[in-house]
Amino acid sequence: MASRTRTIRTDYLARVEGEGAMRVRIAGGRVQDVQLNIYEPPRFFEAFLRGRAFTEAPDITARICGICPVAYQMSSVQAMEQICGVEVGGQLRALRRLLYCGEWIESHALHVFMLHAPDFLGYESAIELARDNPGLVAKALELKKAGNQVMTVVGGREVHPINVRVGGWYRAPRRRELAPLVEKLERAREIALEAVGIVAGFDFPDYEQDYELVALDEPGEYPIDRGRIVSSRGLDIAVSDYDEHFVEEHVPWSNALHSRIVGRGSYLCGPLARFALAADRLSPLALEAAREAGLEPGERNPFRSIVVRSVELVYAADEALRLIAGYEEPDAPSVELEPRAGVGYGCTEAPRGILYHRYELDDDGTILSAKIVPPTSQNQRSIEEDLRGVVERSLDLPDDRLALLCEQAIRNYDPCISCATHFLTLEVERT
Amino acid sequence: MAERLEGALPAGVELQAREGEPTALIDAWDGADAVWVVDAVSSEAEAGTVHRLDASERSLPETLFRASTHHVGLADAIELARALGRLPARTIVYGIEGASFDVGEELSPAVGEAVERVARAVREEVVECTRGR
Repeated sequence: MASRTRTIRTDYLARVEGEGAMRVRIAGGRVQDVQLNIYEPPRFFEAFLRGRAFTEAPDITARICGICPVAYQMSSVQAMEQICGVEVGGQLRALRRLLYCGEWIESHALHVFMLHAPDFLGYESAIELARDNPGLVAKALELKKAGNQVMTVVGGREVHPINVRVGGWYRAPRRRELAPLVEKLERAREIALEAVGIVAGFDFPDYEQDYELVALDEPGEYPIDRGRIVSSRGLDIAVSDYDEHFVEEHVPWSNALHSRIVGRGSYLCGPLARFALAADRLSPLALEAAREAGLEPGERNPFRSIVVRSVELVYAADEALRLIAGYEEPDAPSVELEPRAGVGYGCTEAPRGILYHRYELDDDGTILSAKIVPPTSQNQRSIEEDLRGVVERSLDLPDDRLALLCEQAIRNYDPCISCATHFLTLEVERT
Repeated sequence: MAERLEGALPAGVELQAREGEPTALIDAWDGADAVWVVDAVSSEAEAGTVHRLDASERSLPETLFRASTHHVGLADAIELARALGRLPARTIVYGIEGASFDVGEELSPAVGEAVERVARAVREEVVECTRGR
């Protein structure tokens, strides 16, 4: 084995969002090179935003992704409202968090059951899984549907919500409109609890990495819609200081930019990071489910992210129910605001990690510049480091099984390649 | 498409404009004997090209319906429905080849004409299917 080059490549990576490829080169029994190639063409959304009105940002950026449009809307409105000097609080904010719970449920349900579980259960796809275990897939669809329904009632549509605006909402839902969601979310919570038990029983590859974990931090709340940016190695900054601490770099083998923390390097955002940094702020039911699943805040095995995602499903359903129970119809659906010249920053927790936006406006609210850093860009270095680590521990596997293990390692991140470019094909080269 | 067919379909036939969350289609099809699904496709054929596929017995070709921003595309939704025993006995899919998928673009003349043609074809098929019921 050590005498030849071994190349493992996957030209089209299934069950990830968007398109990309992966290449691993092994020589002399060691991993020489790991590259995640993202070949979906860059999407130029940042340039497209220049010259548009500040009020258009939530609707334009929502189009970047069909899985996490709410994340784009929430990060953009936060930035615009900062520039305008208003804070959207009370029930208007509660509705935003509720909408976000809908998106987490939709996105996590899809990833846990349809995209990631087949890896652990030995199926090529959710369709094969559905043939053998229709009951499980039917429950997954029911869970996802609960998320869709939250999105429809609060956001006006199940994909690309149309009710979000800078300053609040076009229309605030009536209490009686939210009421039918309760039964569906209670059922979703039951399914999610069951899911935690199922996925906790999967066989997980023995792999850990000492990541710097990055998530939002808001006192008393599990991170979703706002907060400071904190890390497991002491970072604690306002969102407006993001650009001083994080940089993006172009790498020749990818259309997506790679992020790193200045002076340190790779980091990880998303479910593992949120859980590590804020598990104590989960709802009691979700925290109990995590304990029963054997999860500790020190969890560093990326393959167990599927368990954390399932715990977050319990939390999202629980949190949505709490928000609905406490909902009071606001006097007005939005707060008055006037544009002014300035720079604003937004950062919220998309299902797969923090999503950073920065905008500069002129005094009539025209967007002069925009910067968007999606979670998949931020996680790319960690994905490559995981691939290197996973391959080094599994060099004895034949190429086809090694390729599958690499794909599984990539899916740990629920990578959204369309957002990051910005993603997959697998190539392993052995010498 | 839905606007073209509004009011033009026989009684008992439900018209739905969907927003592209494919797994939600499985619920939407529950209880239906037959469905016609119309979607845009991008397969590098000439803009306005119409593909008519019978998915009742066979899977859709991946090259036409794989692309999706939702991980699960129309072809996957149909196969999931089939695996779950929830695919209507008759499932016809029309794909209209798009010209441009940029945000905010109007339909190109070739695609606009194809929409009219598919609307007529769907209406005729639905009328034929419901005749005598």
